[in-house]
Amino acid sequence: MALLQIKREVCTGCGLCIQVCPFSALSLDNENIIVVSEACTGCGACVPECPTAALSLPEAEKKEQTDLGDYNGVWVWVEQYNGLASSISWEMIGEGRRLADKRKTMLTACVLGDQVESLARQAITYGADRVFLVEDPTLKVYRTDPYARILVELVKKYKPEIFLLGASTRGRDLAGAVATYLYTGLTADCTGLEIEDGSNLLLQIRPAFGGNIMATIKCPYHRPQMATVRHHVFEMPVPDESRQGQIIREKAILLEEQIATRVLDLIVEKNEVNIADAKIIVSGGRGLKGPEGFSVIHELAEVLGGAVGASRAAVDAGWISYAHQVGQTGRTVRPDLYIACGISGAIQHQAGMRTSKVIVAINKDPEAPIFQIADYGIVGDLFTVVPALTRALKKRLNK
Amino acid sequence: MQAIVCIKQVPDTTEVKIDPERGTLIREGVPSIINPFDTYAIEEALRLREKFGGKVTVITMGPPQAISALKEAIAMGADEAILLSDAAFAGADTWATAYTLAAAIRKIGNFDLIFCGRQAIDGDTGQVGPGIATQLQINQLTYVCKISSLDFDKKQIEVERLVEEGKEVVQSVLPCLVTVVKDINQPRYPTILGIRRSQKIQIPTWTAADLEVDQKLIGLNGSPTKVVKIETPPPRQGKCEIMEAESVEQQAEMLAEKLIAEKIIV
Repeated sequence: MALLQIKREVCTGCGLCIQVCPFSALSLDNENIIVVSEACTGCGACVPECPTAALSLPEAEKKEQTDLGDYNGVWVWVEQYNGLASSISWEMIGEGRRLADKRKTMLTACVLGDQVESLARQAITYGADRVFLVEDPTLKVYRTDPYARILVELVKKYKPEIFLLGASTRGRDLAGAVATYLYTGLTADCTGLEIEDGSNLLLQIRPAFGGNIMATIKCPYHRPQMATVRHHVFEMPVPDESRQGQIIREKAILLEEQIATRVLDLIVEKNEVNIADAKIIVSGGRGLKGPEGFSVIHELAEVLGGAVGASRAAVDAGWISYAHQVGQTGRTVRPDLYIACGISGAIQHQAGMRTSKVIVAINKDPEAPIFQIADYGIVGDLFTVVPALTRALKKRLNK
Repeated sequence: MQAIVCIKQVPDTTEVKIDPERGTLIREGVPSIINPFDTYAIEEALRLREKFGGKVTVITMGPPQAISALKEAIAMGADEAILLSDAAFAGADTWATAYTLAAAIRKIGNFDLIFCGRQAIDGDTGQVGPGIATQLQINQLTYVCKISSLDFDKKQIEVERLVEEGKEVVQSVLPCLVTVVKDINQPRYPTILGIRRSQKIQIPTWTAADLEVDQKLIGLNGSPTKVVKIETPPPRQGKCEIMEAESVEQQAEMLAEKLIAEKIIV
């Protein structure tokens, strides 16, 4: 259902809007007047372009939430597993610090778990002013209900303006529940955050349509403004052991018998590398032609002490497990060196690796999009190039 | 077993190309498909029905043409389908979408399991599943790669969830909402019989008036988030230096030399 409203009597048929529509939803009808198709998402890109103001979007009713000003401060949920914080937590503390400074307000970390006081201290060294620490045996392993209930109650009590969580499996599971309870806006998987001048609203920038477009999203009339944040997009802050902060202990809400879910076990598969944390990644794609093609990738990765990644094409073909997939629907990585072998570099793949420090592309097609984002490239058959590179590096690294 | 599967019709984003001159999406000729993750959700519900009996109902919220996605689900073997379509639903964000789907699920009534795909490939949020579960006040099991056991008498379910560290084995109670990842199964193709059935079946359309919803909480008006700008991402400024040499060996040597000289490899 197209949302765009067109004043037919005002439209001059100049076509300026057609050129800016990111969804190709606009065209001229046989009377040379703009018509909109179902492809319209109501994004509003065309509205300011129209010289005669013929285009408009329905104004959302202003919400009667009059207490928006009562909400202040930036919050970050510190995700932990087995008492160890995920690095996304500290990346968000770093970014949250910047946002809090811009809003001239306080940065608060929420640490939930069992015997996790050391993480509260750590959060302060990374930049938090205040930590809500909730320690309870029911919180040892993440479960939606007990975690969500605590965060909901904390938000109701202390009213933060902005609340950031990691876009991990746990963060997305938790944020979706918390935002629904609170009836507030939640933007998924942000890769950019800014404070808008004037309105002081949080501008949440995220990829959509498989990374083909970037959308900027606001939450004007609901608080807190919630977002999940993509891993490895923001810089790790440098910890400062001398920083001081306040730790406030809060209580768990649910008793064990009130929680319906039990985590029975965690199966960690052998040889399963967490590619998200690797410094060097050698990735293979469609060009490997089959599962055995990965042997040249493994050899190069071994010489470099790196991990093996894969494009969606290789995973979908069943050549390697999903845990290795880099891209929009796989993992986001930001290694020091990313070597893409036989990967054309579709926008969905780029979405997962474009922030790598150095990108090397090896592909037989000189027109492959991967070369447009690579720093170094070799045009050629990967089955001869990759082993040659392995030999050349082996020689130099004395292995 | 009564299962409800929530699906979304999406443009096949892997087919979407960017017009390099205008920097906009080329949508012409891009097919509309069932969100790929949702086909795994449909498949899982069908497999459970084959094992335990019962019914699989598929629902979607979208424009009238989303009915083709429902017909495809019927062709795969779903028993019933319902389309939620109304101008008042348009412009819904994930909150308003979950609210509307939850209202429809309440109207359907009896269910043991609700299935969703882990996320849709156009929006990529993964928020609607948890939103529906929270609206209905039932447990959510997200990123499920295996349903290991189901006990309808004890109202118990055990699953494996794909998390960053591996596979988490979780037990919970029915009814619950499950979002699935691709590892869970291999979706079937529609059968000839199913396609015939999908051509004949009358799929009801529910509008806002058919649901117990607050008009202020649906569609654009009910959506806390607003999209304020859409743009194509700036290209990464890679000034690709291509290794040119007479032989592959020399090209490889050149590259190794550079990577070490620039301290990219130490």
